[in-house]
Amino acid sequence: MLKNPSRSPLPAVSRRRFSQGAFIALAALGLPGGVASAAAVPAAGQPVRGGTLVAVIQPEPTALASAVNNNYANASVSANVYDGLLRYDEEMLPQPALAESWEVSDGGRSILFRLRKGVKWHDGADFTAADVRFSALELWKKLHARGRVTFAALLDVETPDPHTAIFRLSAPAPVILSALNAAESQVMPKHLYENTDILKNPRNNAPVGTGPFIFKEWRKGQHIVLERNPGYWDEGKPHLDRLVFRIIPDAASRAVALETGEIHYAPFTAVPLADVARLRDDPALAVSTSGYAFQSHVFLLDFNLSNPHLADLRVRRAIAHAIDRQGLIDTVWYGFGKPAVSPVPSQLTRFHNPDVPRHDYDPGRAEALLDEAGLLRGANGIRFTVTHDYLPFGETYRDAGEYIRNNLKKVGIDFVLRGQDYPSWTRRVYTDYAYDIDSNTVAVMMDPEMGLPRLLLSTNHVRGVPTSNNTGYDNPEADRVIKALQVEPDAGKRKALFGELQAIAMTDLPILPLSEMRHVTIHSRKLRGLAQAPDAALASLADAWLSA
Amino acid sequence: MPTSLRYVFRRLVQALPMAFAIVLLNFLLLKLTPGDLADVIAGESGSATPEFMENLRRLYGLDIPVHLQFLNYIQGILHFDLGYSFRQGMPVGELILERLPATILLSLTAILFALLIGVLLGVVAARSRGSLLDEAISVVSTMGFATPLFWVGLMLIVLFSIELRWLPSAGMVTVGADYRGRWDEWLDIGRHLVLPAVTLSLFFLSIYVRITRSAMLEVYGLDFVRTARAKGLTEARVVIRHVLRNALLPIVTVTGLQLGAIFGGTVVVETVFGWPGLGRLAQEAVFSRDVNLLLGIFLCSSFIVIVVNLAVDLLYAALDPRVEVRQ
Repeated sequence: MLKNPSRSPLPAVSRRRFSQGAFIALAALGLPGGVASAAAVPAAGQPVRGGTLVAVIQPEPTALASAVNNNYANASVSANVYDGLLRYDEEMLPQPALAESWEVSDGGRSILFRLRKGVKWHDGADFTAADVRFSALELWKKLHARGRVTFAALLDVETPDPHTAIFRLSAPAPVILSALNAAESQVMPKHLYENTDILKNPRNNAPVGTGPFIFKEWRKGQHIVLERNPGYWDEGKPHLDRLVFRIIPDAASRAVALETGEIHYAPFTAVPLADVARLRDDPALAVSTSGYAFQSHVFLLDFNLSNPHLADLRVRRAIAHAIDRQGLIDTVWYGFGKPAVSPVPSQLTRFHNPDVPRHDYDPGRAEALLDEAGLLRGANGIRFTVTHDYLPFGETYRDAGEYIRNNLKKVGIDFVLRGQDYPSWTRRVYTDYAYDIDSNTVAVMMDPEMGLPRLLLSTNHVRGVPTSNNTGYDNPEADRVIKALQVEPDAGKRKALFGELQAIAMTDLPILPLSEMRHVTIHSRKLRGLAQAPDAALASLADAWLSA
Repeated sequence: MPTSLRYVFRRLVQALPMAFAIVLLNFLLLKLTPGDLADVIAGESGSATPEFMENLRRLYGLDIPVHLQFLNYIQGILHFDLGYSFRQGMPVGELILERLPATILLSLTAILFALLIGVLLGVVAARSRGSLLDEAISVVSTMGFATPLFWVGLMLIVLFSIELRWLPSAGMVTVGADYRGRWDEWLDIGRHLVLPAVTLSLFFLSIYVRITRSAMLEVYGLDFVRTARAKGLTEARVVIRHVLRNALLPIVTVTGLQLGAIFGGTVVVETVFGWPGLGRLAQEAVFSRDVNLLLGIFLCSSFIVIVVNLAVDLLYAALDPRVEVRQ
């Protein structure tokens, strides 16, 4: 039987240690100085009670319930209203939240959660194991886009008493313990959702949770207001009286609002990176890149393997050698990022494998590989033409496409950019497969089982399913490793399997990871107590406070 | 029933097939564009399965043939039900009613401001034809017409929000403001309204200046103006009572047309200033393929255009006795 480590209820003690560590680590990565400037904000001082924190969230949430729609904006706001069973510390290990403790038994087929007593929903009803059962079986497993895969092995949730919930699994599913925070798997009130049309339940826009803040008002297109929950189970928290999430759709206007002090907190790279350098010099503001490891975004290219040129591994390797990743990051992302050597980012130290086949920038090698593949330069210097459908989220990905186009031109590949809106792109790339190379950002997730296998599993090459294996990659060896790691309860063996999967992916190159992305949080220096956990940008602001 | 009322009724009935055509055309256009709401939501979610997609399409009513989707929609409209926006998690009717007042406030303020200043400058330019002042007004109004709205908006923000700190840069109200009364709240909305309304009005203002100037110059040359002057009327009376009144017809026509077109302008201005209006909502609906919401907005805007045009026709009759309201 595996028991959770006996840790203090909350990881406040090691925050400073982490900040120092993060500073050194970021400096070692050669990231821009401003990246670490958050560490320069003194963490000392007693939290001050009261005040209104004004944040900006973009895009506007579409629902305040991640089971209904789990885009980051929804989760980022609603994680203040709802709790998860667990939280995660700086080392990405689970910590108590609504579950005070947990035990894994029966070879990983059973997880027992002992729930916190005396917790109330914001409407005064008691929180019980029945809420956990309802949330897990009806919301996370059936409705939540990612939960359907994460909780696939969940057969039932037994509730022997109001404060015990036992997850019964068809096979070990270690990924579940990495998916139980307040953003990913929100515990929602059974008494308000049972026997309703969940997608149309008005509580999706006016949530009733157990979290540190109580929903007060959502004026669509303007703002969302949350107020302090005076009866929050984590005594003394939250420190703030009120949270306001403002909706400012224009990026330049968001930058202005930060400069004028109208907003204190802007997570998820809310302003253009070109503006970050300017804002970094503002003595009233701090810039940080921590709090995003839970999602761990990677920027990559997908190769359509049904394209005769791209079906040749030598061509894919040539493209990998032809792209200057550091140059791409410096030019397009202003240095915010790190060249990717594997689809699992290096910050996920429990899973990252650095010993994979490398495809470092080497245009000479790229040319040799293309010659070897029989793709010789024509009279115009072009070997062949491919179309690039860049991810249509703002101009950044078009700029990245332009940069790559210049790189590939040098080795004789004509890389033609094609723009479109997001629904058209999704249809083209995941339904019609009418593309050659697309660019994408993939949330690999803190436990990469949530984000990586879907790109590589051959059975996940399903027409019409966004975020699936759209390259047509089919390698029985990769399938075997994925199946094995999904049910491997031993952490060491699982890490080895993930290592193996990364090596296979970087050998076969159906996808080409280019950059470990860094999101940017900009906040007022008056704002203290921002969490440093891997999911901080998606976690509640219960610890945050405003200094005078 | 009086003639004018019968006329109004007839025009409204005539508008019904037009509204139907607008809905049908837009429905078809939206269905022709690749991708649907299920693609968008699944794409954003970062994970999906075939069952998940099937489930979404069933819930959104996208799993049935297109003509049946359209019939269902029309059936809903006949019951005054604009449908449900699964993207926004609200009935479309509620969403539109929530956003419409902000757009109307912004549009009307901008048009009124543009009308007042535009007509005034147009009169001044016409009166001082060929002078330096006339040239200056022409140049400035051409610049206003040619400058992109988003740039004007951002420049006004830099000046009045960042440098001078006189006005807020975004939003419609001060969040969490403790208003002492209705007046306080309106004052706050007014402060937020200044920059977006001025930005939006600049484009229209330039048009009014030019139209007023040319209409005034045209009327100036007519015989009745000479007669009015010969009667010994003061110049102010000649300009206001005779010239301007006759020059107003094209201005009224353009205003009617612009009230319809102003929705286009509000998309940009609402985005730059975070103004919670219908234009921005429409833009979001396009990019998320939120068909119900978009059709609802189109219906609403076409209804507004029809009513405004009707009002313009009635206003003609009031302004020009030669124009009669007939069957």
